[in-house]
Amino acid sequence: MNRVKRTLAPYLLVLPGGLWLLLFFVVPMVTMLSLSLQQGDIINGYRFTGHWQNYVDAITDYRVQMIRSLVYGLVTTVALIVMSFPIAYWIAFHGGKRKSTYLFLLLLPFFVSFVLRTISWRQILTDDGMLLHPLKEAGLVSSGFHILGTSYAVIFGLIYNFLPFMVLPIYVALERIDPRVVEAARDLYAAPMTAFRRVVFPLALPGVFAGVLMTFVPASSDYVNSAVLGSSETTMIGQVVQAQALANSNYPMASALSFFLMAVLLSGILLYARALGTEDVMNAAAR
Amino acid sequence: MTIQTPTTEPATAPAPVASRRRFRLSGERAMFAYTWLVIAWLVLPILLMIVFGFNNPHGRYNQTWQGFTLKWYREIFSISDLTSALVMSLVIAVVSALLAGALGTGIGYALGRYRFRGASAMNLVMFTTISSPELIMGISLLTLFVSAGAGLGAVTITIAHVMFSISFVSTVVRARVITLDRSIEEAAADLGANAWTTFWKITFPMILPAVFAGVLLAFALSIDDFVVTNFTAGTTVTFPLWIWGATRVGLPPQVNVMGTLIFAAGILIAVITNLRSRAKTRRD
Repeated sequence: MNRVKRTLAPYLLVLPGGLWLLLFFVVPMVTMLSLSLQQGDIINGYRFTGHWQNYVDAITDYRVQMIRSLVYGLVTTVALIVMSFPIAYWIAFHGGKRKSTYLFLLLLPFFVSFVLRTISWRQILTDDGMLLHPLKEAGLVSSGFHILGTSYAVIFGLIYNFLPFMVLPIYVALERIDPRVVEAARDLYAAPMTAFRRVVFPLALPGVFAGVLMTFVPASSDYVNSAVLGSSETTMIGQVVQAQALANSNYPMASALSFFLMAVLLSGILLYARALGTEDVMNAAAR
Repeated sequence: MTIQTPTTEPATAPAPVASRRRFRLSGERAMFAYTWLVIAWLVLPILLMIVFGFNNPHGRYNQTWQGFTLKWYREIFSISDLTSALVMSLVIAVVSALLAGALGTGIGYALGRYRFRGASAMNLVMFTTISSPELIMGISLLTLFVSAGAGLGAVTITIAHVMFSISFVSTVVRARVITLDRSIEEAAADLGANAWTTFWKITFPMILPAVFAGVLLAFALSIDDFVVTNFTAGTTVTFPLWIWGATRVGLPPQVNVMGTLIFAAGILIAVITNLRSRAKTRRD
């Protein structure tokens, strides 16, 4: 009896939450996949035609926005790696007793709503705002100069909003490095840069991978930054999906676009994992 | 925030050549200054939000500084639909954090304690929910609710928030359960406690900090969520959705005040939790 209870225990514990995830995560994904292959509209109902017309339309109509989103996501991710590494490195190796304080400071933005933070930047960067107004008064930039509405503004916003997601995983990977390993490299006459390149950096790669996973996908599919800081020339695929779903109620098209986006993002991540060459990296990220 | 020069010598072994040492120190100093610069950059828009909650704008746009006032703190609830949006956000956050806390703790405990069939599938689903783009989760839930003919509103938002919070809670709880010292539970069993008593008297108090952290995380995720909420809300308005809707016409200073208060409360809870856990580790 007791043994039966013990074998049943994990299933009973997992059951309620597992059912919730099945019903509201797995099932919706399947519904969306099937809807992306359907035709029709909300009034006359949908019928399953099983053909790929939605995908063909999605790709031909929104190729520009799709490529733009991937480029923005890529630029953001590369910039984030470059920007985050020194911070994570400094906190991990020189943070001393204040490590958790520095991490806390980096997490401060999360205590303010994502939308509110982005709008705050819009206030700062606006054409007559506190950054450009004095510069224009002083004649340092021409009066027609603007930041809002450009690709730079959108990528700036993406970098701002996702920076902590890159710093933290790299920090965790660096923190785990045994300082003696680095000392050993130095004892074997490796120059500081060589020790960094051959010892520290490879050991930090799982962290970089986790960081890329946590930033590239959400940055490419983001639509808040482009909507708040961008213009019609920076429209990202997320905005298209949102408009198709909420304004046009064109659910098949929105589903097809979402699935295509997810497929592209996942294959990008897999290619990147393959390029890094280690399965450990994948395992480390999954753990 | 001022940039200070480091007061303590870095704890690295002295390099043989003095000039190299100086070079390394200046590199460290540069990284130190850079880290603080980035922190300042991260905090800048938040400071601005706080400062403009004390501004006294004449027109509709709260963009330039026009004088100090506490008026908006007194009139914080004077915009009724903004207030009800905030209340809606708080109610959804409390309910979804508690639900996700209960469901996520079950999963996290099972995964940390038992080996069972389906454990790896569960891990995979959790990993996928955490790394899925919010956009995709939002749109897939919308298509589900629309196909099922369910009316969108507070209930569908709560369902969605519980869904994306469960995996975070169970990840936190699982990490704690794995590190638990089993011998304490065995000691309780040796002293005659049955499984039920052992769990509630010994195990649960030991995982409680992780459950608490998970619930707080779920609360924070819920109250800040925009993307998934936008797809599952229908005509219901939460705090982030209200802000989004008001962006084009200019945000009233009340939004700054509410943002400031949420920020202050969040910091306070984080600091207290941190101090308590630090005091506890010192006692242990």
